[in-house]
Amino acid sequence: MAEADDVLLRLDDVHTDIGRYKILHGVSLTARRGRVSMLLGRNGAGKTTTLRTIMGLWKARAGQITFDGQPIGAMDTPDIAQLGIAYVPEYMGIFGKLTVRENMLLATGAQGFAKDSLDRVLAWFPALKLKWDSTAGSLSGGQKQMLAIARAIVEQRRLLLVDEPTKGLSPVVVDQLVEALLGLKNEQTTILLVEQNFRVALAIGDDVAVMDQGRIVHSGDMAALGADEELQQRLLGLSMAVDT
Amino acid sequence: MSKEWLDRLQQWAPYAVTPLIVLAALPAMGLTAWVTLTIAGLTMGMMLFLVASGLTLIFGLMEVLNFAHAAFVTVGAFVTVSVLGPLVGWTTAPSLTLNLLALLMALLAAAAASGALGFVFERIIIRQVYGAPLHQILITIGALTVIEQLVIVIWGPDAIALPKPATLRGSVFLGSSPIETYRLVALFVGLAVAAAMQLILTRTRIGLVVRAGVEDREMVQSLGYNIRRVFVGIFIAGTALAGMGGMMWGQYQALVNYQIGDSMLILVFIILIIGGLGSVGGCFIAAILVGLTSNYAGFLAPTLALGSNILLMALVLLWRPRGLFPIGEQ
Repeated sequence: MAEADDVLLRLDDVHTDIGRYKILHGVSLTARRGRVSMLLGRNGAGKTTTLRTIMGLWKARAGQITFDGQPIGAMDTPDIAQLGIAYVPEYMGIFGKLTVRENMLLATGAQGFAKDSLDRVLAWFPALKLKWDSTAGSLSGGQKQMLAIARAIVEQRRLLLVDEPTKGLSPVVVDQLVEALLGLKNEQTTILLVEQNFRVALAIGDDVAVMDQGRIVHSGDMAALGADEELQQRLLGLSMAVDT
Repeated sequence: MSKEWLDRLQQWAPYAVTPLIVLAALPAMGLTAWVTLTIAGLTMGMMLFLVASGLTLIFGLMEVLNFAHAAFVTVGAFVTVSVLGPLVGWTTAPSLTLNLLALLMALLAAAAASGALGFVFERIIIRQVYGAPLHQILITIGALTVIEQLVIVIWGPDAIALPKPATLRGSVFLGSSPIETYRLVALFVGLAVAAAMQLILTRTRIGLVVRAGVEDREMVQSLGYNIRRVFVGIFIAGTALAGMGGMMWGQYQALVNYQIGDSMLILVFIILIIGGLGSVGGCFIAAILVGLTSNYAGFLAPTLALGSNILLMALVLLWRPRGLFPIGEQ
């Protein structure tokens, strides 16, 4: 497959401002089809802003964002989502007053749940099945994260944008999430994943882009970065949670 | 006492407020007055709910503070005058069917007129001030004045009598307690609308989107729903409900003037704050609470009637600063 065809999402020289603050200073990155692209960097590097800019939640001041060759930078968020892009924000975006079932239902089309797809998702996250009719606000932090990811994948999506899914979760829950993300990877789902846990990034990622101060300062192969401790230290410093 | 038990108590305590007030009022006034005032309070609560429910959804979904909501109440009340005028033969006939039919036509016309005006209002005024609270307050207060002046131009500055239909003027007795017949009709209409809203909000996809949108508008958009389009529908429905509230309130007072909406607005905002901004369930309970408190206080201490609800609001906010049933509480 030619390189251009291989790319599902492309950002070219994207600049984003929030109020009078300039957050992204010409970000260029790609997410290739069927691969997991990691977006790493210190706190405040601009990773979340990059995902939110892709989703149209914050508009880019300059630069171009294309999805499957189609420019999406000027589109509204609902239209971007309709293209098949699912977004799991860092704060999870769970509707606490709605039940687990209702949270999931919101991510389906008018026909509701497709049984096969629902069974597949609940097999990854059996805890959700037990809490099916409970309000999402009553779930633990780990269960909420499971729900956020389950909701993003309950229907077939072309691209998943996931922001720090393992943040603040216990090791057991992290393992469960990693297993689900590996399952999605095996299904050739294209994922752009922001992650602070380097062990998780190494286990899941195919490609990597590292951000610093609103710019991409490194991009390449995740395994290569995993093997180069000097590069890790230089790019990610001590703020990255290296868990060996 | 275990923490779990305390959490559960904290969660359910707001539901106990209304029954406790109802029970506390009984020994203070005797059974006959208590039954009459409780039904009167429930009726008043239902009419206030019609007006407040739309406003709380409008705020909850887009954080739009619409002080012009009162104008849609006023329009609903005056449209009722125009509809029932030509139907005087039906309203004065000693026939419950004809009387109710006339009220139904007035109710539908009030809802349609206020809803249509609401649609135009959203397109021309509200969409210019999304995300700008100060501009919202200024422009909606200005619009309230303009609409009230237009009402004066069309219907005149004087109050207009709106006699209740013939068969709904008297009272029926529940034991020894007299209950105004019209109040029973208003109570039924209010409960029917509340039940319909509950059904739509809990059993339909659009209701699900609205409930989710009140909690987290941005996430709903990220799931592919155009929340602005939903909001236009909610704005129309909310203003139509305000028109229905104006019709019921004007008929209840048997008198309509151009400030009828203003007179409800303070109570409506008290209800929104007590119930928790954006919460329809909270709005329903708070409307009943305000209706009951007004009636009980009006009987026990008439000089404190309006102040009683402000006091109630202050007490609730001291206990739960975001209202009894806040949205977005995890």
